Amino acid sequence: MKKSLLLLSLLCVATQLIRAGDITGTITLKGTPPAERELSPIRDNPDCSAMYPAALPKTKFYVVGSGGELADVIVYLKGVPSASTGASASPVVLDQKGCLYSPQILAVQTGQKVIVKNSDPCVHNVHTKPGANSEQNQVQMPNGADLTFTFDKPEPFLKFQCDVHPWMFAWVSVFDHPYFAVSGPDGKFTIKNVPPGKYTLEAAHRKLGTKDADIEVKDSGASQDFTFEVK
Amino acid sequence: MNNNYRPALFWFAAFTSVMTFLLIGLGGLVTSNEAGMSVPDWPTSYGYNMFALPIKFWRGGALYEHTHRLWGSYVGLLTTILAVWIWLKDNRKWMHWLGIAAFILVIVQGILGGLRVRMSLDWLGVPHGAVAQMFLVLICSMTLFLSRWWHQSATVKQAPVPRGLRSHILWVTILIFIQLLIAATMRHQHAGLAITDFPAAYGKIWPDTSPEAIAHYNATRPPGTIGNPITAFQVNLQMVHRLVAYAIFLGVAAAAMLARKKLGGKDGLTKFAFFWLGLLTLQILLGAATIWTNKAADVATGHVMVGALALLTGSLWCLIAIRRDRLAAAT
Repeated sequence: MKKSLLLLSLLCVATQLIRAGDITGTITLKGTPPAERELSPIRDNPDCSAMYPAALPKTKFYVVGSGGELADVIVYLKGVPSASTGASASPVVLDQKGCLYSPQILAVQTGQKVIVKNSDPCVHNVHTKPGANSEQNQVQMPNGADLTFTFDKPEPFLKFQCDVHPWMFAWVSVFDHPYFAVSGPDGKFTIKNVPPGKYTLEAAHRKLGTKDADIEVKDSGASQDFTFEVK
Repeated sequence: MNNNYRPALFWFAAFTSVMTFLLIGLGGLVTSNEAGMSVPDWPTSYGYNMFALPIKFWRGGALYEHTHRLWGSYVGLLTTILAVWIWLKDNRKWMHWLGIAAFILVIVQGILGGLRVRMSLDWLGVPHGAVAQMFLVLICSMTLFLSRWWHQSATVKQAPVPRGLRSHILWVTILIFIQLLIAATMRHQHAGLAITDFPAAYGKIWPDTSPEAIAHYNATRPPGTIGNPITAFQVNLQMVHRLVAYAIFLGVAAAAMLARKKLGGKDGLTKFAFFWLGLLTLQILLGAATIWTNKAADVATGHVMVGALALLTGSLWCLIAIRRDRLAAAT
């Protein structure tokens, strides 16, 4: 009897997985974004400037490909019930390299670990500036142990900053479900294993705001592109 | 009763005053550079004894924050010595209590600064800034009370200072203190400039603070602006700061004119009032420059320091006027 129940449960889960589709799409930017600014304060910091013997890095507010492909857009299902699998999800790594956060935009689930590394030869403080979650601030020595952060509540674009190097920022969007993705340098995104149904899909860029689309996910998945415009 | 002037004690108090003024400047640099949380622990620094932090860690934001901590400890030590010295050598009981008050205030100030870091409470920066101003006024007042002029003024015939003039300057000084509280509240929003143009405000006499307008301001802020998005409250707060600044400037200008009319152009207090007017003119220029430079850290810090000097000048003017008036009434 027990074996039968277990088999039935596994069958249900397998069916659910089979009946889940991926949402794919491409994010495009229309128009010319404002020019990125050189991070000139790096020049005054001997630790960081030593890592840039030639040109200094610039801000990365708009990461756009030659064809208008827009990276760092967070795409997610809006208004879905809480179903975080963050506790068992793989940790996400946020590195501090060249006195910059890498990546600068990321997304996690509530309870999912964010592992913060320090690959720099200098000290950083990792300071979260949340809206809904608790503020945290920890020092991380060069080659120091990794730091682990988790967040209990969903919130968009939670800011990580280093106050030692005040040009260093990263933004982490926290969701209470697993249905989200961040667009890559080619502007493409994939949200995996979405159960069939009708949803509102939202794309959020930190500078350009949000765009919504109503979609229907079938067994074969769904496709939805977004176009942002610089006004 | 030995109320004689003690030069060494006076100069030590004067030195403590200068160190306190510079400490306010360092505190201004910490906030202007958004460096207050760069050393997350307190009273240790990066886990080290605060006084033994290796120099290699004194970089970036930590340079400002750690130097501010050490300088604060130094001023705490100077204040303790001053309080003990006054207790031992000055026979005026009220001076003993002022010394104790200064000692308690510097301790409270250190704890406020530490709690602001330990508890990650931005708003604690406001009382920390306010107590700094009060402490500077207290230490400089004690220096005045220890000065040769204070001790010898009783032996010289003093011209009275009209009550109306004294009240006027007292009220303007109180207004300056309120203005410093507004300024501290603005600075500890950590949101950069809420209004990015001057003398207009987003091109208008009074800016639009509708949600649509605020969203537009945030979207079009200068690239590289560090800080949180601005809110309607912050825009209105900067407008209040501007209006109070104009009121203070007019109040100080009226004070200088009144002093010349009532005391004569050669009176020391008239000259002091015109010095005050000069400070206010500089302060308004620095306020404008703070906006025109997108809140450059050194300009914004200069604005903080001249603000402290403006409060101090008004406070000392009132104390000197009260002293003169009492002595004039007694003779």
